[in-house]
Amino acid sequence: MKKWMSILVTVVMLCGLLAGCGSSDGKKSDTAATTEGNTAEAVADSDIKVGFIFIGDENDGYTYAFYKGVQEMQKEYGLTDDQISIKWNVGENEDCYEAACDLADEGCNIIFANSFGHEDYMMQAAEQYPDVEFCHATGNQAAESGLDNMHNYYVAVEESRYVSGVVAGYKLNEMIADGTITEDEAVIGYVGAYAYAQVISGYDAFYLGVKSVCPSATMKVKYTGSWGDQSAEYDVAKALIEEENCVIISQHSNTTGPASACEELGAYVVGYNISMTDTAPNAALTSASLDWGPYMSYAVGCVLNGESIDADWCKGYPDGACMITDINKNAFSEETYSELTTKVDEVEKALTDDTMEVFDTSTFTVDGKQLDESYEDSKGNKPIWDGAYHESYFFSAPDVTFIVDGITELNQVV
Amino acid sequence: MNEKQAVKKEPFLRLSRRDDLPFLKSCGIRLIAVLLALVLCGILLFFLTKENAFSVYRTMLYGALGSSRKIWVTVRETMFLLGVAVALTPAFKMKFWNIGAEGQMLAGAIATSAVMIYGANLPAPVLMICMIGASILAGLVWGFGPAVCKAKWNTNETLFTLMMNYIAIQFASFFSVFWEAVKGSGTIGVINKRSKAGWLPTDFLSGIFGRYNFAIITLIVLALLIFVHVYMKYSKQGFEISVVGESTNTARYAGMKVKKVIVRTMLLSSALAGLMGFLIVSGSSHTVSTTTGGSRGFTAIIVAWLANFNPVVMLIISFFLCVLGQGASQIATDYNLNESASDVVCGIVLFFILACELFARYRVIVRGRKEDAE
Repeated sequence: MKKWMSILVTVVMLCGLLAGCGSSDGKKSDTAATTEGNTAEAVADSDIKVGFIFIGDENDGYTYAFYKGVQEMQKEYGLTDDQISIKWNVGENEDCYEAACDLADEGCNIIFANSFGHEDYMMQAAEQYPDVEFCHATGNQAAESGLDNMHNYYVAVEESRYVSGVVAGYKLNEMIADGTITEDEAVIGYVGAYAYAQVISGYDAFYLGVKSVCPSATMKVKYTGSWGDQSAEYDVAKALIEEENCVIISQHSNTTGPASACEELGAYVVGYNISMTDTAPNAALTSASLDWGPYMSYAVGCVLNGESIDADWCKGYPDGACMITDINKNAFSEETYSELTTKVDEVEKALTDDTMEVFDTSTFTVDGKQLDESYEDSKGNKPIWDGAYHESYFFSAPDVTFIVDGITELNQVV
Repeated sequence: MNEKQAVKKEPFLRLSRRDDLPFLKSCGIRLIAVLLALVLCGILLFFLTKENAFSVYRTMLYGALGSSRKIWVTVRETMFLLGVAVALTPAFKMKFWNIGAEGQMLAGAIATSAVMIYGANLPAPVLMICMIGASILAGLVWGFGPAVCKAKWNTNETLFTLMMNYIAIQFASFFSVFWEAVKGSGTIGVINKRSKAGWLPTDFLSGIFGRYNFAIITLIVLALLIFVHVYMKYSKQGFEISVVGESTNTARYAGMKVKKVIVRTMLLSSALAGLMGFLIVSGSSHTVSTTTGGSRGFTAIIVAWLANFNPVVMLIISFFLCVLGQGASQIATDYNLNESASDVVCGIVLFFILACELFARYRVIVRGRKEDAE
């Protein structure tokens, strides 16, 4: 008896739901039916639908940067909110595959994902929906996947890192000049997430930027083992300052933990993604930042014009994808500040005009030796020519695994 | 005077157990609970989305059942949840509080992944059998400790099985690094993504079930459901379980080997949970991580309890919860809310359903009213 009651109740509940919902005709489910035929042909502005799969939401700096890109792209093409569909907090598991299929079923012509671990699932979906374009950030399998509709993209963030390194170098010079530290004490600490190419590439570039203006600088790297762990980043930054006597901290991780540590302990900080001046009004120097808008606009533009999208895309200053946030005036003397801004403008201009290389092999050594053209990357390409290592040339994802002399790793995380 | 005092001593509200609730009334209580929950969610969603509640609920239904893919995904999730609830049934019937299904399932998932990774070149049927065997074995290992300790020393199985969950989660995080696809990424990625070795096919009888289906998973879980139901209801062992659950002394008096029953039943339960780990990895995720279990081991407890172990009701409740979950994540996407909004909706509905059980099972008596007043 009791069983049947429960069954009936549940059935009644479900029927109620169905009936209640069926009665009012909304607009949402229609979207599935309207945009069926996605072909390689041009798509009208008003017909295109763009899907996004994000690992986090606006509260996390990494995803926030992508969301800003979405808004720029949306503005550029004048898309309505209904033409944008975002799946937030999608894990690096089959949820990503379902999300991609869902978006494709809803009629999206192009779908972006933003986390490294999404790639396999994006490829799985790309195989199934050959008429939909799939773009995956930080991945490295698109070119060799044999799928025309699978693409990788990244931003040449090493350029931003390099420029932010120049800013840090000026601070070191200022401290050396006013006697706060000696030349040998110009030690920088770096809070990294994992010992992963993306991170290594970033801190090598940052350090080269520092060294270009302050040759005596050295750097110590400590990993947290997480992309976004506020307290771990705080602790690691604190350890670097107190135990390793680092005077400036930079980071490749997503929280404001290092900035809080620096503000508290009187060190300076170069942040990532977002400006740290709110968290550390005295300690923040600048942040290496990037903009995903140019890529999103490029890729969506390709779909609109019926053009094919590059399998690998990685652009920097020339395309407006790289930048540093405003330099914090409070942290510098007036004199240094004006010298610094002139220098930064100069470096940024050189990067924009493509007249300088971040990884100029004459500026650094690895294990005491200069790298030469025989150097091979992880896929057997030879990215060194004309006296420079060309990051992201063969595929968009960073691939630097060498650690420039002058940098010491203090720990290893797996 | 005396009567007045007696009334005063009585608490303002008190509960008395209902013996037999009229059918319609019980439906009414549960219906009211769900309606109240939906109204409350509607109000909340209105403030969050500025859309009327009906169109929000319509979006939810669309999210769960709006296309054949969505229906299959919802069915798949239902089957996973139901399967774990089925796995819990024998142990729970025996009043062995196995809250370690999450860990047993995860252990099964890790074992399945290991076989998929190291045995990718085996012939398909052999590989499948090895995967199934490994997952069951891993589930057994995870259930063995709590079972034996309970039988031998009457240790607290709730704590023991709970602890085993954390061990399984630690193993999962170890293996996500040990087998990671790219150094530093900490994720395994899709296993055998080219060869698809060890993947349960999703085009089984595609003429009947459609190009993309989870019919195999559905059939296996339904078979387990029937098997466990028949085992519990019609076998001698099933009878022993219910006797031990009611009273171990009675069982002993009737000449049952209580220890043996405890160990055997818990092993059955954990083996089934391990097998669910196989279904999840081979049938859907094709990878393993700390979140592979997706808390199903805990949600399934609610399912089993609400249904009072009735197989049909378990199926319906699992389905309802999964429709709710899938639908809620659709709202999150369509109205640009984050995933927490869908957790809130599911939470409210679950809370009301659970709370209404109080009123379905007990009668609230207001002070001063007559006890038989209905």
